Order: sequence, then structure tokens, then C-alpha cells
Amino acid sequence: MSTLTRPNVGRKTPRVFYFMVLPALVIFAVFHTVPLLSGIYFSFTNYAGYGEWSFVGLSNYINLFRDDRILNAYGFTFLFAIVSTIAVNVISLAVAIALNGRIKFKTGFRGIFFIPNILSILIVGYVFNYLFSNSVPAIAEALGINALTTSILAGADTAWIGVVILSVWQAAAFNIIIYLAGLQTIGGELYEAASLDGASSWRQFRSITFPLIGAFFTINMVLSLKNFLQVFDQIVSLTAGGPGTSTESISLLIYRGGFEGGEYGYQTANAVIYLIVIIAISFVQLRILQRREASF
Amino acid sequence: MTATAESAAPRTSAPSGPAPRALRRDRAKINWWLTALVAVCSLTVLIPLYLAVVTALKTPDQLGGTGFELPVGARWENFAEAWTTVKFPRALLNIALVTVGAVLLTLLTNSMVAYAIARNLHRKFFKGLYLYFIAALFVPFPIILLSVVKETAILGLDNQLGLILLYTVYGLSFNIFVYVAYIRSIPLELEEAALTDGASTWTIFWRIIFPLLGPMNATVGILTCLWAWNDFLLPLVILSDPAAQTLPLAQFIFQGQFNTNYPVAFASYLLALAPLLLVYLFAQRWVVSGVMRGSTK
Repeated sequence: MSTLTRPNVGRKTPRVFYFMVLPALVIFAVFHTVPLLSGIYFSFTNYAGYGEWSFVGLSNYINLFRDDRILNAYGFTFLFAIVSTIAVNVISLAVAIALNGRIKFKTGFRGIFFIPNILSILIVGYVFNYLFSNSVPAIAEALGINALTTSILAGADTAWIGVVILSVWQAAAFNIIIYLAGLQTIGGELYEAASLDGASSWRQFRSITFPLIGAFFTINMVLSLKNFLQVFDQIVSLTAGGPGTSTESISLLIYRGGFEGGEYGYQTANAVIYLIVIIAISFVQLRILQRREASF
Repeated sequence: MTATAESAAPRTSAPSGPAPRALRRDRAKINWWLTALVAVCSLTVLIPLYLAVVTALKTPDQLGGTGFELPVGARWENFAEAWTTVKFPRALLNIALVTVGAVLLTLLTNSMVAYAIARNLHRKFFKGLYLYFIAALFVPFPIILLSVVKETAILGLDNQLGLILLYTVYGLSFNIFVYVAYIRSIPLELEEAALTDGASTWTIFWRIIFPLLGPMNATVGILTCLWAWNDFLLPLVILSDPAAQTLPLAQFIFQGQFNTNYPVAFASYLLALAPLLLVYLFAQRWVVSGVMRGSTK
């Protein structure tokens, strides 16, 4: 840090550094900030995506809260995102700990568990679609498990579980690798000392492993929740939002309403609320998780 | 976090090269129960892939049952049919073009921007710029989606070139975050020596810093490649010409035509998944350690 303020670098070169960042700044502003601002602007209009439009004040925002389809999308998205975030973090941490243990073929297994992350989730979703609609019912019938003989994707109350399974299957790959990277920063001596003191595996996990990978846990929780709240591909290939609109996520609704439904202004208002929700959740989550981390 | 990164780096970068004695000691203590458990868990990853392979080799009348039965005589024609139906060579070429373009442009531009920011973080303008780029990480894509589509259409960027540009721009937030942390760990002495020899900042960046960024370039390159290759939403909304379709998009568009023929559909899924899977088989260690390196920064 102190080296950065050395005078001969500090004084002589600024201009060329400006040339290095200005094009990026302009292009970033054009493709990110301008669309963001124009989105917020159109959220106060009745623009359909084409043709005439006029200002409608806050009526888009007021209507959002009375729209069952919107409320349903938020309900589904949150249920899905919270369940998936918890599931993916528990599973990934468990698998990462196992992969970090004294097992054979470590690199090979590590390689296998990462595979889902390199596959297109849309395409994998089509495979899971077949698995849920044909294979699982056939197996359930052979085993006499009545509850599973109809496809879980066909039921309005159960379809979201299919989306959770697919999403966790894929997201676990990346989270396992992050946790593994975290676990490898912990020296083996700590565990040796702990076992000499007679600490059980669970005690070692609670007192050594978990506190020491706190930063990785925080990052994974925040990022998974944020990613799951934006779920899109999985739903397109698995349920297309159905049955009915039971698995219609916020992203899918914005896409459908904005592109196909002539609700450009209305859905951008939805997107603005969505932005505020995501930012608020990320900050709350960071605060809570960091405080917890510090208290250890 | 830098301290943890340093201690993790040697282990991840040399997965096969621990000292022979340590290896022998490890082998003596291998936990076979845990190994078996991990093997069973890894089946959850492999089962859907197995299902895809056996289904792709069946005839439609062999379908029935659970789907896990082996095919009676492999029907390779499914792949030939899928190849032509989804216009596979064209989609592959498109996705390869977009991915290679996005990776190259990202590495060349994002690292340079990060360098300028990392070396001037004590200046208000660059500090502000840094926060401005990072803040975009919190903006969900749907809010800019509709406007970006309008913009790219007006600018004539509703094609592969537009996609390359957008991946480069949208990746900036995360990549800068990773690059800046890494560049700040590179000592200034090298640059100062070159500066006194009369080298310009451009020369210093391209000749000294960029080569030193090798490991981070690998990480950023891998993540950008996976993202651009598998992304579905951006091609779906940006591309207007059907001839520009990428692999996932082509699968989506042609989905309707497969409704009655699962084996051909599955053959086409495998075709779409195969290129990256093949690359991964050979570069697996390198890819995984690259991703791990990014996470400890």
C-alpha cells in the first residue's frame, strides 16, 4: 500500500491511465448505466415497447402490488431461492469436506463434481425434464411409491421442487470448488492438535472448519441467493413457468410481459422493485453474515 | 484475503506433485469408507449424463420403461439427424466465434482497465470508477434487459459482434474486482525500473504487467468462456437473425420439432454439450484450479 504513493509514479503518468479507462467507461455507461436509467424512466410511463406513450406517474408501481401474477412470481422466486440457497450450501460444504478428506482419486472426483458447471443449464434442464416426467414415475410405479407415480412437474404444488433439484444440481458444482478452496487454506496441524485434545469430528467442524471458512460461506450465501433470485434458464427448459403460472419467476415474467405482452413500462417498474429488493437483501445478508463471522 | 490466497496457491497449482514421503503417508491413511461415499455422491452428477447417452442411442419404440435401460443396438443415425435438424455446424461456429471473441476482448481490455485503476486507487477519480464498476454487480440483469435490446437493435449490434461486446462490458465488474486485487500484490519495483529506462506506461503494461497476470488471465478466461458458451438469455433477446443462433438458443428454438422424437432430441443435446465437455476432459485440472484461484482472491 505504502509503495503506491511513491512520488515518481504518483506525479508523472496520470494522463495515459485516463486513456486506458475512458473507452471502457464510455462503453460501460452506454450499455449498462444508460439502459438502467432509461429503464427507471420508462417505469413511470405506459410504454408498450412500441408506439405512443405517456407518463402515468406511480400507477405502474401501485398496480404491481395488486397484481396476482406479480405477487405469485415473487412468492415462487423467494421460496425457490431460499430453499435452493440453503440446500446448495449445506450439500456443497458437506461434499467439499469429504473431498478434502483422506480419500483416493481426489482430483478425479473434484473433476467430476465440477462437470455440471460447464454444461448449459438450459440443455441439462431438458434432460431433467425427461427424468422427472418419464423416468421417476416409471421407477416409482415399479417400486410401488404412489406419491411419485405422476410427474412432479405436472403438479402446481410440486413443480417448484423439480426446479430446486435441477438448480442445486448445477450450482453445487461451483460452490463445492469455492468451499474446497477455502478448506485448503486451513492447516492440518489445527485438526491434529484438536484430535489430540479429544475433540469429536462435529466439534472440530464447529470450532475450526466453519469459523475459518466464514468468508467463503458469506460469499457463497450472498452469491447463491442473488443468482437464484434471477432464475431463468432452468425454468424455461423444465416447466416454462407452469403448470399455469406456478413456477413463473420474476425474470421470466419481466421477459414475457416486457417482450411478448406489450407491458414494457409496467414490467420495468417490476424490475425496479426487483432491483431494490436484491440490493436490500444483499446488504442485509452481508451485514448479518459478517457480524456472525466476526463474533467467532 | 491475500494471505489465504498465497497459502492456497501452491497446493492447487501442483495437485500431483507432493513430496514422495508425504504421498506414502497419505496413502497409508486413506479413508475407504469416505471414498465410497464420495463415489456414490458423484453418481448424482453422472446419472443424468448416462440417461442422455442411452436415450440418444435408442429408437423411439425402445423408449418406454424408466429410460435407464441400455439401448438394443446403438442407433447412431440419431446424431446425424440432430446434426442437420438444429443446423449444428452453424450454431457451433457462432458460439465458438462469440466465445473466443468475448474471451480475447475481455482479457485484453479488462486487465488494462484494472491496471489503470489498481495503480491509481489513491486518486478520487479512479477510486470512484472502481466503485462504479463494482456497484453494477448488484444490478439484476432484467432491469436493463429491455433497454439493452432496443439499444443494440438501433446500433446494429443485434448480432454476434454485439454479444462479444456485451459479455466484455458486463464481465468488467467482476473481472476488475479480481484483477485489481491481484495487480496490487505485484511489487512496483519492476515498473519503476522500466520507467527510469524510459519505457512508456503502455510498454510497461503490455511487456511487464500483462505477462505477470498469466494465472489471473487463465481464471478470467475460463469463467468468461463458460459464461459466454452456456449463456441463453442474452442471445435469446439480442440476436435477431436466425442464422446467428448459438448452441443453447438453437436447442430452444428447435425444441418444438423434437416433441415426438426424444432420441434425436437427446442426440442434439449431447452434440451441444460435447465440445466443452471434451475440452474439459483434457483441461480438467487446469480449469478447476483456475476457478479455485479466482475464489481465494
